[in-house]
Amino acid sequence: MIFMYLKAFLVGGILCAIGEALILKTKLTPARILVVYIVAGVILSAAGLYKPLVQFAGAGATVPLTGFGHALAQGTIQAVQEKGWIGAFTGGLTATAGGIAAAVFFGLIAAFCFKPKPKDF
Amino acid sequence: MKSLKIGKQTIRFLSAPSLVAAASVVGPKEGRGPLSQHYDIILDDPINHTESYEMAEHTMLLQACKHCLTKANMQEEQIDLILGGDLLNQILSTTLTARELQRPFIGLYGACSTMAESLLMGSICVDGGYAENALCAVSSHYCTAERQFRYPLEYGNQRTPAAQWTVTGAGAFLISHTQHSPVCIPCGTIGKVMDYQIKDANNMGAAMAPAAADTLAAHFQDTGRTPKDYDHIFSGDLGKVGSDLLKNLMKQKGYALIEDNYTDCGLMVFDPKDDVHAGASGCGCSAVVLSAYILDKIRIGAWKRVLFMATGALMSTTSSQQGESIPGIAHAIVLEHREDGMK
Amino acid sequence: MKHNIPDSVIKNYQTMVRKLTPKSPLGSGCLRAFVVGGFICIIGQAATDLSHVYLDLNASEALTFGSVFLVFITALLTGIGVFDRIARYAGAGTVVPITGFANAMVSPAMEFKAEGWVLGTGAKLFTIAGPVLAYGISTAVAVGILYFLIGW
Repeated sequence: MIFMYLKAFLVGGILCAIGEALILKTKLTPARILVVYIVAGVILSAAGLYKPLVQFAGAGATVPLTGFGHALAQGTIQAVQEKGWIGAFTGGLTATAGGIAAAVFFGLIAAFCFKPKPKDF
Repeated sequence: MKSLKIGKQTIRFLSAPSLVAAASVVGPKEGRGPLSQHYDIILDDPINHTESYEMAEHTMLLQACKHCLTKANMQEEQIDLILGGDLLNQILSTTLTARELQRPFIGLYGACSTMAESLLMGSICVDGGYAENALCAVSSHYCTAERQFRYPLEYGNQRTPAAQWTVTGAGAFLISHTQHSPVCIPCGTIGKVMDYQIKDANNMGAAMAPAAADTLAAHFQDTGRTPKDYDHIFSGDLGKVGSDLLKNLMKQKGYALIEDNYTDCGLMVFDPKDDVHAGASGCGCSAVVLSAYILDKIRIGAWKRVLFMATGALMSTTSSQQGESIPGIAHAIVLEHREDGMK
Repeated sequence: MKHNIPDSVIKNYQTMVRKLTPKSPLGSGCLRAFVVGGFICIIGQAATDLSHVYLDLNASEALTFGSVFLVFITALLTGIGVFDRIARYAGAGTVVPITGFANAMVSPAMEFKAEGWVLGTGAKLFTIAGPVLAYGISTAVAVGILYFLIGW
């Protein structure tokens, strides 16, 4: 149990540290990092390389945006297996609907409830 | 007609128009800075009790203009010309302020160099007899600049060490035909757009330093002066990185800037402890330092002759995204103490 | 040629700029990203595990709950103005986890409220999340079609 959390910490932390190194050493902005990570997740997952990492580290692999890409890829592949070609269009979003809907919904709620504040004023 | 040009880029003003009054308004963070004692008005609220930060910037600029007129003991109707600008698209804050003041208005855009640009234009108009009293006004606001040029305020983002912090501040200056002022403007140097292929929008100082060096060198060449002829030389908002670059460039050009008579306004506005990285920037940066600090020193005669050069990074978010480098510009004006100008 | 500055002058200047521009320290930056990012993953793991046990969710539902929980926390912290302070410290540590995706939606939604609920909040919500979804989803669809065609 504790060991699982340690693995999640290590793998998640390493994925973030790689992201930081990319931001500092290349011209990738945080927004581009997000795009790179999600696309990388989809491709790694489709190539069968990401699943072992998820089995090893749990949330350490699913919480970073590569995990989001993994969920997109796995959802798509599973849907293609079940429904044929149409699954390529439905599977990915079905699998990730929770996170996306939450971000949209909570985004609107936050916009409704809060005002942006300048820092250090 | 007798030419009023000196050398290639410098112009002189026969009557040496007077800078009769100046006002500065700053935000709360600036109000805690090293020049805290010197500002006219310090806002208690960065949104200035309005609905949006754009309105906050506009009302701040309007406050500065009105305060400047009060200090000069003048009515709005006596203003012949308003010259000014800010950093926003369509120089929004200044346009709205001119809409309020209902006086003839010419909008200027020189990014953060607008302060010196408007003082130059104001001096030209007053010296040429096209205006008795010209009001030069500029502003910038951290929040409006962030949302136009960078990210939403609540977006989680790390700033790089070379990044600068836009000053929330407005300055208004009244240039007048009258000789009754201890501060006058005898000449100025109009800068060229310089571009040394800097593309990093987080390093504006590096984008502006070549323009600053070019204008300074042109000024010294045109006038035959050296940095030693000035009690103090100020650059607008080069920040730590940019001012170090300027010192290096000037050394290469053979006009070494001496530590104790050159300062960048970008290093004077915020407390170094305030995590502003390379320093302050924005039209408001040089404007509030000029109004709150530099002019006072000249007025009392502590400094007889000062060179004030505001620097601007003429960046557009469109061209930046298209991979274009950042053009820089710098304009300089000379401010002198006039003995017989005391009332 | 764009202007009359010789290439050698530009080169010299850019060398000078590189020398005088301070760099973000790589080691401490990565370390902070590592610690904060790892910690966020632990929270995600805990939310997933707890929902599995106490909310009676199956494994995949629990994973979704973990994501939704982190998104909610991010929205709340962004709303009260704390998230960007954490992010300033953590850098990629908050960007790479789903928290970065959530913050990239919530912060423009709040910021552009002044420009209206439809073209302000509604449209700007997707400024950064839009490209992420566009490329993520499209890559996944391409993967699905390939998978269908060659059935690997």
